[in-house]
Amino acid sequence: MLNRRDFIQLALATLAVTGSVEGFRRALADESLTQDQLLAFKPKGQVTLIHVTDIHAQLVPIYFREPDVNLGVGPMKGLPPHLTGEDFLKHYGIRRGTPDAYALTYLDFAELAKKYGKVGGMDRVATIVKAIRAERGDDRCLVLDGGDTWQGSYTSLQTQAQDMVDVMNALGTSAMTAHWEFTFGAERVQELIEQLKFPWLAGNVIDAQWEEPVFKAWEMFERGGVKVAVIGQAFPYTPVANPRHMIPGWSFGIREKMVQKHVNDAREAGAELVVLLSHNGYDVDRKLASRVKGIDVVLVGHTHDATPQVERVGKTILVSSGCSGKFVSRLDVEVKDGRMAGFTYKLIPVFSDVITPDADMRKLITEIRKPHEKVLNEVLGTTETPLYRRGNLAGTFDTLITTALMEERDAEIALSPGFRWGPSLIPGQQIRAEDVYSQTAITYPEVYRTEMTGKRLKEILEDVCDNLYNPDPYYQQGGDMVRTGGILFDIHPYEKMGNRIQNLRLKRTGEPIEASKNYVVTGWASVNPGVEGPPVWELVMNWIRKQKTISIPEQRDVRLVT
Amino acid sequence: MNEVRIKVIDRREFLVTSGAAIAALTALTSGALARETKDPTKLLQEITGGAAPTEGKVKLEMPEIAENGATVPVKVSVDSPMTDKDYCESVTLIATKNPSVYVCAFKFTPDSGKAWVSTRIRMAQTQEVWAVAKMSDGKFYIGKTTVKVTIGGCGG
Repeated sequence: MLNRRDFIQLALATLAVTGSVEGFRRALADESLTQDQLLAFKPKGQVTLIHVTDIHAQLVPIYFREPDVNLGVGPMKGLPPHLTGEDFLKHYGIRRGTPDAYALTYLDFAELAKKYGKVGGMDRVATIVKAIRAERGDDRCLVLDGGDTWQGSYTSLQTQAQDMVDVMNALGTSAMTAHWEFTFGAERVQELIEQLKFPWLAGNVIDAQWEEPVFKAWEMFERGGVKVAVIGQAFPYTPVANPRHMIPGWSFGIREKMVQKHVNDAREAGAELVVLLSHNGYDVDRKLASRVKGIDVVLVGHTHDATPQVERVGKTILVSSGCSGKFVSRLDVEVKDGRMAGFTYKLIPVFSDVITPDADMRKLITEIRKPHEKVLNEVLGTTETPLYRRGNLAGTFDTLITTALMEERDAEIALSPGFRWGPSLIPGQQIRAEDVYSQTAITYPEVYRTEMTGKRLKEILEDVCDNLYNPDPYYQQGGDMVRTGGILFDIHPYEKMGNRIQNLRLKRTGEPIEASKNYVVTGWASVNPGVEGPPVWELVMNWIRKQKTISIPEQRDVRLVT
Repeated sequence: MNEVRIKVIDRREFLVTSGAAIAALTALTSGALARETKDPTKLLQEITGGAAPTEGKVKLEMPEIAENGATVPVKVSVDSPMTDKDYCESVTLIATKNPSVYVCAFKFTPDSGKAWVSTRIRMAQTQEVWAVAKMSDGKFYIGKTTVKVTIGGCGG
């Protein structure tokens, strides 16, 4: 969100260049976009990789605000994707106020959203995929889905991901890997895999008891006369970050040695191009690429980073394609002498008003949504301020959730998971039931209410903070910081675990949280079995209905100290 | 892996994968006191007789983050030719922040063929785990790794 000071600085800077406030407005209005411009690409080499990831079941266009805080620690400090706002624009040479700036940063979000409109929609994604295929020829293209595709909407929850399986089959996907998919439970996952018209690849998942592979690790494709191996790497910490009891027989992990073995096996089988279709998260993949030899391309998922250029790690390149259907990556690769010799890359932002929807996919999406329209479209209220989730520390939509939970469950403190998915709303927009589900649609939505000591609360905050800011990415889990209501604290990301959370106070009184004292805490998305309570969306919807008009200022409860 | 024969000297239950035969089960001779200590350095000194073990030769494989602290997989392999003249005599596992830091010990002979074990251990909290190898020439080597035991949740 553009704060007042930023806005004045921008306005002054613009005035200095153009000499008028009108000039500033015109500078924005000058940008007109066409589908041809968005798809313009100089083809290269024999193979085209089309990458989508972390769609989180978003079938129709949405708004999505990029993070304002995305801090890198240890060796990743200051490196992409840990750049936000002006630093991001500067690094990639993007002008503020342009469509790219709107797509890639949080700057001027509300203003630019009104100007450039919504993003994503699987019918638009289908148009892009079809256009690339038509231009390059089907026999040169692979459509690779990095996972977190099946979960994140009302319709996916109601259909137990049937909607997304149908959509991804219709898209002509070539292979996928997974993370949130597993939260539908082992049995449903197996059932849906049967329906896929393409391989489900997860080379790092093994039987928890016998340590045998559960799924196929990699698939060999022939494209443009080149043998391309695609290795799937599921999210390594699925049984830690999500309920283990839903997939009790499966063990995950980064399993670097196993990744190396898959690469070696693929090379021995004649692969000339080796692609890791990964749900590791950006920093984990950056480290992995420096330690596993023989990977040409890592298609990064999980951390939702939209990076308009690839990063190089040795001979490997990293491609990261954002989330929620907001971007499609196109990577053309030239293969010579059994490995990647050159490439061209474009992160294509899916501007919903610019890309013509694909008729077939639109029909399928309409059919999927039709039985649910009444529920989806219930208007609960209106927001006066932007509602969003992304950012390491806080999001206004999460503040809405924690506030609602505290009031609806009469608790003094609320905790809400630091999920990176969930679209945004802009000022003046109606809040519909669908919008609430798109922040909360999980298979373990129970809202608990419990008493917790101050010591335990501090431990939880430190634990989650270490999952975000451990200097070794192999110890990170890739989510943002747990969202809180009712407490104030400082975060010292560069400190060690145990010292990152400081100055922890109860917001209501300003008094320090006492280690031995009990506090009434509410929250949702517990990974433990047998949690009881109403589903989170029910409480949040009730609360919004009562408020009618929502105004959530940017949260100041958590202070970042760097 | 059928050729792997491991002499085991611990009461604890453990898993040896691939059905390796357990050759012997005897009591650890280093005494009960060291086993019950909460001080990993003290236990290490007890094992080595005060000598500082060299880092290396011992490969300790554990997950970076435990999926279930109650049963964390451990694999230890020691780089040794395992001949009559030069072999790894034993491997001791130490969980530096468990209520009792001594976990278990494995004894090998040249007939073991490989100094390799796989088991599962319980871990109370995030901590460093040590694997200490005693070689037939009286030298000690150590491998270390950190395993995070987390409350979980909130990922994604």
